[in-house]
Amino acid sequence: MQLELSAEDAAFREEMRTFFTTKIPQEIRDTVAERRELTKDQIVESQRILNEHGLAVPNWPVEWGGQDWSPLRRHIWHEEMQRACVPLPLAFNASMVGPVIAQFGSEELKKRFLPKTASLEIWWSQGFSEPDAGSDLASLRTTAVLDGDEFVVNGQKTWTTLGQYGDWIFNLVRTDPEAKKQRGISFLLIDMTSPGVTVRPIEMIDGGHEVNEVWFEDVRVPKDNLVGELNAGWDYAKFLLGNERVGVAPVGATKRVLAQAKKYAGDQLDDPLTAARFAELENELLALELTALRVVAHSADGKPHPASSVLKLKGTELQQAVSELVVDLAGPASLASGAGDDSDLDGWARRATPVYLNLRKASIYGGSNEIQRQIIAKTILGL
Amino acid sequence: MDFTYDDEQQALREAVRGLVGKAYADFETRRTTVADDPGFDEKLWKRLAEMGVLGLPFHEEDGGSGAGPVEVAIVAEEMGRVLAPEPFLTAVVLAGGLVAAAGSKEQRAEVLGALSAGESVLGFAHAEPGTRWTSSASAVAATQDGDEWTLNGVKEPVPHGARADQLVVSAALPDGGTGLFLVDPTADGVSRDGYATHDGGRAARVALSDAAGVPLGDGGDATATIAAVLDIGRVMACNEAIGAMEFQLKGTTEYLKSRKQFGVTLNTFQALNFRAADMYVSLELAKSLTTWATMVLDAGKPDQMAVAASRAGLGVSRAGRHIGQEAIQLHGGIAMTAEYSIGSYSSHLTALDHLLGDGDHHLRVLAANVGDHEEFDPLG
Repeated sequence: MQLELSAEDAAFREEMRTFFTTKIPQEIRDTVAERRELTKDQIVESQRILNEHGLAVPNWPVEWGGQDWSPLRRHIWHEEMQRACVPLPLAFNASMVGPVIAQFGSEELKKRFLPKTASLEIWWSQGFSEPDAGSDLASLRTTAVLDGDEFVVNGQKTWTTLGQYGDWIFNLVRTDPEAKKQRGISFLLIDMTSPGVTVRPIEMIDGGHEVNEVWFEDVRVPKDNLVGELNAGWDYAKFLLGNERVGVAPVGATKRVLAQAKKYAGDQLDDPLTAARFAELENELLALELTALRVVAHSADGKPHPASSVLKLKGTELQQAVSELVVDLAGPASLASGAGDDSDLDGWARRATPVYLNLRKASIYGGSNEIQRQIIAKTILGL
Repeated sequence: MDFTYDDEQQALREAVRGLVGKAYADFETRRTTVADDPGFDEKLWKRLAEMGVLGLPFHEEDGGSGAGPVEVAIVAEEMGRVLAPEPFLTAVVLAGGLVAAAGSKEQRAEVLGALSAGESVLGFAHAEPGTRWTSSASAVAATQDGDEWTLNGVKEPVPHGARADQLVVSAALPDGGTGLFLVDPTADGVSRDGYATHDGGRAARVALSDAAGVPLGDGGDATATIAAVLDIGRVMACNEAIGAMEFQLKGTTEYLKSRKQFGVTLNTFQALNFRAADMYVSLELAKSLTTWATMVLDAGKPDQMAVAASRAGLGVSRAGRHIGQEAIQLHGGIAMTAEYSIGSYSSHLTALDHLLGDGDHHLRVLAANVGDHEEFDPLG
């Protein structure tokens, strides 16, 4: 048992801290700090800088730009990035499709896609959910039928986050309608400029346009764009979702927002009730952070620690609770969400409610928190 | 950073499990043990001494084995797992801890030697009617006449106060501050009324009327020492609670898998499984805080101990209530009976919660200082 980081890991943490706070443009970090929306260019620029220094996709194989880091170092990298208000590498590229192509794709697919995926020259969208396939993802109905050297794709995907920026989309498509539902699914890469692909925005409760519907009408996709084996897509999806859950507890970012909220609070922090709310949240975040450290410390042998399922569940609950606290700190000023910059009210207060509403998504995506409870009950408790 | 136990620590856990876990493997044994005074198994206490458990935290020269907080925590957790009623926490960690911290060389050798050998049960008489988890005394006052000190006032509840062979008593000093005194409870001027607590433990009202007390060490204000030892006690109480909560979660999931209603086992019902999943979440988070707080003690950072104890105390209080309440609810009526183990665990968790400071107490402390730092870094 040893509390402190080793000298080497402490030096690594310092190195990350210095890099993130000096190499990523201040304007980008300010945008994150003030909880404003990042532009596509800002996200791309940030990831390009990270990638040039080998810091965009450390979880990938070394030959494709990854780093041979311990789980603890990956954790430190992830936490320090959030702490420094650096936008995380685009999850669709860095933690979803990239690892799948690296693990299951052909040499040709790896060469063609991985470098541009790491640098965000290709912006990937995710084509998983459908109107009738949410938590029950395997009931998806978008079809891909082989016709010569091409698949013909028809169907509809939804909740496609930032699909308006997407160059390519990775999809789960049904390639064998006769097979048991998990067994007839394939993992297919589709160029979003292909004829027959339509992206339609979905207006959300926070007033923003973050997600989209994507329609496929007789879209012709070269056979070579299939990842791995035909009808093995469900295994790849499970691999991908497993990766997604690991980084899904935004401990560092939530801690940072809570620290900022103390500044927003000002005199309100003298109110015992408000102070108690801060202290309770801070303590729960500490428990979560320590649990994340326990998980990384014990996952060195490659097996995920069973407590990792706690991270998504509790991490998103706390992320939401902190955003709720910020709305309450803003009070009546939170109503001014539509006001422009000439408003007398603080920017953070005006953005408080849209952020709070937006974050209701966190307990739904990445396997809803009810799915997480199901996993804990079944897999860990054996119920 | 390393969260793993070394081989010796694992061996200690196995040994304690082999002794205490085996002794109370059948809950009925615990029940009959706590039914009669002194409320614990004197023979088992002796065997714990022979194993070296009672002297674990004390220096070799004082009769102990010089182990650290991690080892003490392992014992506390294993005691909690079987709800062992032996007063390890109050006699060894608290009362013994105070003698170790404040006693003279001779006092340490004599008192801790006897405690470590299982020859003497030590009690800490600190709580007073009307006070809530302070580090000072007010109702019991000490007066000096030459080299002699006498104590007056009432201490209650004093854990295992009626059985204790020797008491460490906190008392208000004439010139302010709080002193610590060794008191022979069989001497003139000391009267003790013992009773059972709701969880099968023992406590007493100890009335002091011109009772003789011997200052620990050089005497003087010991408030800071009391505060530090209480913080260690809090972290060890958290470890004990973790053992108890692990048992409750295990017992609850086993029950859900075996108990049948409507012709099916209870784990057919998602409403129940989800609640068990939430218990698991609470337990893991509380375990993280407790392990961390134990490591803070182990790292020997006195300035961080109080905060670590409060943070673990808050988390474990919340978890203990959640798990203790849900364990009963998910079992149903059977958990309300004294014969079945689960409800007694909830009772003991409630006692632990109120022994050294409950969740709101710790939250009040943390809230008062929440504006002092931007964010909290557990790695320092």
